[in-house]
Amino acid sequence: MSGSFGRVRGLLRKESLQIWRDPSALAIAFLLPAVLLLIFGYGVSLDATDVPIALVVQRPDALTASVTGKFAHSPYFRPRRFLTIQAAEAAMTARQVQAIVWLPSDFARRAQSHGNAPIGVILNGVDANDARLIEGYVQQVWANWLAARAQDAGKPPPLALSVQPQIRFNPAVSSRDYLVPGLIAVIMTLTGALLTALVIAREWERGTMEALMVTRVTVREILLAKLVPYFVLGMGGMAGSVAIAVFLFGVPLEGSVWVLTAAAALFMLASLGMGLVISSFARSQFVAGQIAIIATFLPAFLLSGFVFDINSMPRAVRIVTHVVAARYFVAILQSVFLAGNVWSVILPNAAALAAMAAVFLGLARAIARKRLD
Amino acid sequence: MAEQTDPAPALRLDGVRRSFRVGRRTVVALDGITAAAAHGAVTGLIGPDGAGKTTLMRLIAGLLRADAGRIEVLGLDVGRDPLSVQARLGYMPQRFGLYEDLSVRENLDLYADLQGVAAADRPARYRELLHMTGLGPFTGRIAGRLSGGMKQKLGLACTLVHPPDLLLLDEPTVGVDPVSRRELWQIIDHLTRSAHMTVLFSTAYLDEAERCQSVLLIHEGRLLGHGDPGGFTAEMAGRSFFAAAEGVGRRRVQAVLAAAPGVVDAVIQGRAVRVVTAAPAGPGSPAPDPARLAPDLPGLTITPTKPRFEDSFVARLQAHAGASAPAAAGVPAAAGRGAAEDVIVVDRLTRRFGSFVAVNDVSFRVARGEIFGLLGANGAGKSTTFRMLCGLLPASEGTLRVAGFDLRRAAARARGRIGYMAQKFSLYGDLSVRQNLRFFAAAYRLTGARQRTRLAWAENEFDLAAVGEATARDLPLGFKQRLALACALMHEPDILFLDEPTSGVDPLARREFWRRINALADAGVTVLVTTHFMEEAEYCDRLVIMAQGAVLTAGTPDAIKGAARTPGHPDPTMEDAFIAVIEAADAAAQAAA
Repeated sequence: MSGSFGRVRGLLRKESLQIWRDPSALAIAFLLPAVLLLIFGYGVSLDATDVPIALVVQRPDALTASVTGKFAHSPYFRPRRFLTIQAAEAAMTARQVQAIVWLPSDFARRAQSHGNAPIGVILNGVDANDARLIEGYVQQVWANWLAARAQDAGKPPPLALSVQPQIRFNPAVSSRDYLVPGLIAVIMTLTGALLTALVIAREWERGTMEALMVTRVTVREILLAKLVPYFVLGMGGMAGSVAIAVFLFGVPLEGSVWVLTAAAALFMLASLGMGLVISSFARSQFVAGQIAIIATFLPAFLLSGFVFDINSMPRAVRIVTHVVAARYFVAILQSVFLAGNVWSVILPNAAALAAMAAVFLGLARAIARKRLD
Repeated sequence: MAEQTDPAPALRLDGVRRSFRVGRRTVVALDGITAAAAHGAVTGLIGPDGAGKTTLMRLIAGLLRADAGRIEVLGLDVGRDPLSVQARLGYMPQRFGLYEDLSVRENLDLYADLQGVAAADRPARYRELLHMTGLGPFTGRIAGRLSGGMKQKLGLACTLVHPPDLLLLDEPTVGVDPVSRRELWQIIDHLTRSAHMTVLFSTAYLDEAERCQSVLLIHEGRLLGHGDPGGFTAEMAGRSFFAAAEGVGRRRVQAVLAAAPGVVDAVIQGRAVRVVTAAPAGPGSPAPDPARLAPDLPGLTITPTKPRFEDSFVARLQAHAGASAPAAAGVPAAAGRGAAEDVIVVDRLTRRFGSFVAVNDVSFRVARGEIFGLLGANGAGKSTTFRMLCGLLPASEGTLRVAGFDLRRAAARARGRIGYMAQKFSLYGDLSVRQNLRFFAAAYRLTGARQRTRLAWAENEFDLAAVGEATARDLPLGFKQRLALACALMHEPDILFLDEPTSGVDPLARREFWRRINALADAGVTVLVTTHFMEEAEYCDRLVIMAQGAVLTAGTPDAIKGAARTPGHPDPTMEDAFIAVIEAADAAAQAAA
């Protein structure tokens, strides 16, 4: 059908010209991903470093100085000295410090006489995650100090068992290496679903869709002409995001680029399918934007396992995550970036993505009508 | 040609019905339309906003499905085979269907691709279309930067890339300047005459009916009349007159005649009043006896004139409305003040937006109790001038005084004296009529007994009590207009600003509205009105014609029309005068360049 080919070519050319001339489409595809990646890469971190803590030393001497020295040299803490526990508590209430480490006045005496001395630790539990992390770090610093002291005295370390943690798949244990790949799924949801739903709603608003529908063009051609350019745009945004992740943030890419590309293509199709479905009933940009954000962007953010671990979600929410396409893509992304081509993870998730793409694109085709009612 | 021997019409409508659900209500948009349109002719689909014109266009284009009835285009059933019909249709929707970020050439290319025009045929076709529309020099320009008239022509060119057998144009002349409107009609005449194209043209402007070979007159979803426009005017023979009375104001003449027995319509036109009677004057006498028609108007002279299409529409509507026709509106409370001082003074007003000059060195004065018009196409600078007068937008240069207050210094105090009725009425659609009234009363800081008196006045004066609990969004356009006027008058302003007050409203509602405005002006309220309706300009005492931000001419309607009088054109209409003024300005600009 040469006529059909000509029509699709004309629509594709129109769409590309519009994307090229309208800065908002390019901004959503390229600028927004860069901004999100920079915010997440530099700003948001689930690791605790330079945590402000209060050190209360009631009777300073050489022994307490060696303890405070350990805290001061730890990368995790930025200690501030207080003379009384009351002053430290006031600072914690004012959120100036996250934790209080208290060396009581009999610290040196008990350490000399018993060989061991208690320290007091008070944690701000408002953010439970942070509190747990800080607790761990304090214990680590304390254990180091005890070990060093024992060594100085020529004795074995006081702990019967010393833990040697071995961490796999993210050797630097950096939350950035884990967040940035997941973010790519969120970014692609934006270009796929939000941008597509918006540009089609714009055609309704401006009355151009009405004019298109009275030409010989078919619904299939209109959908195809929307699918192709935004697929290219979304994959471009994906490539840009991967480049930023690898070259700027130094996130390791353990698996193959081709596996990543193929999975991204499947996810992009599912995302575009959702955008097309939304656009078939949202005919103003405002409504399309609202629906796309609530139905695709927020779930991709909250329910994909990109920040919040799916296994620790309540059962009901866990079931819901199965219809979030981003969930499968995040699983593939995290595996390809941090662990390599783990086929037992990639294949089932890719199959789920393919199924979702088929369902959404099929649905978009089935409900699209060449009519206004 | 096949068309001429084919007895079947190009378009046949048979009992077409269509309704929509709006919230919990069902609105009947089209209620059993049966009509036909002949090959190679322009059929006008004429009616006010909300009559069902766009719905009918979309049904014919296969964009909507009819609830009942049958639509046949070129012998094909639209309901059964929309794609085949669409292959032979050209359809220009209300906003022309253009991609505003594509150039003229790119828009043409797109529609050529969509209509399947072969690459080899394109250069010749483009040349012809660009020549016809005068867009030749602008092929590289982005469509969004074209003027309204040029967009309209580009929209038309796009639908004509592949010459359609039936061309549907949905209100192509709304808000477009009269020069472009005349050029569009020349193109349409050319298409039907030389290319034998069939055109269905919808419009709310009744004067366009006379340019069609046949009209379908629709009102509230029903067909009010169908046929040759000459037939509509012929049945008005001997029923249209001009009336004037020496030494009596035209508004008084109009008010008296509108209430006189046997008078269907009385509107101001220039210095005189145009009167339409229910029946011809009778054998032997060309005009009704002035003494019998209006005994208390001494010196009334009545001269016969040619009937026009609008006379017939109003007569039909009146017959339709029957006894429930709105009674003459009473005079709203507003104390008349004696001296005719200038209430609005605009002196060398300029407004720039960046490098764009929206209003350029505009000056005019309006006296108390005067109705003053700003006439111009969309984009002429009327609304910008208006916003500055309301103190909503600061002027770049020049002085503005309203009710004695300098708007640079005392905008808020000036605003307290102004009543403003915005385009599209700016009502709260989700609130009831009563809630809207109460809100505006509170916004104007009316409290206690005074608020109660004014609310009662508004409901009573504008017949809104019966619809008090109705949601504003669901009101018919005429009611919305009344409600908006009531809200604007809530605080008894001395000055009333009306921005495109009657565009799209049916002629009866428009007459009723102007009856109120006239009564207000007689009571000393100063009225400033913007309009792109040439008709409406006739109701003003004085007006200015604006184009591209500048005032081209100023004066009374008769003086402006008189200036356009030529031996070949002894009785120009306001539109003729407007075009003459614009062309003179263009010629002067070219001579200067």
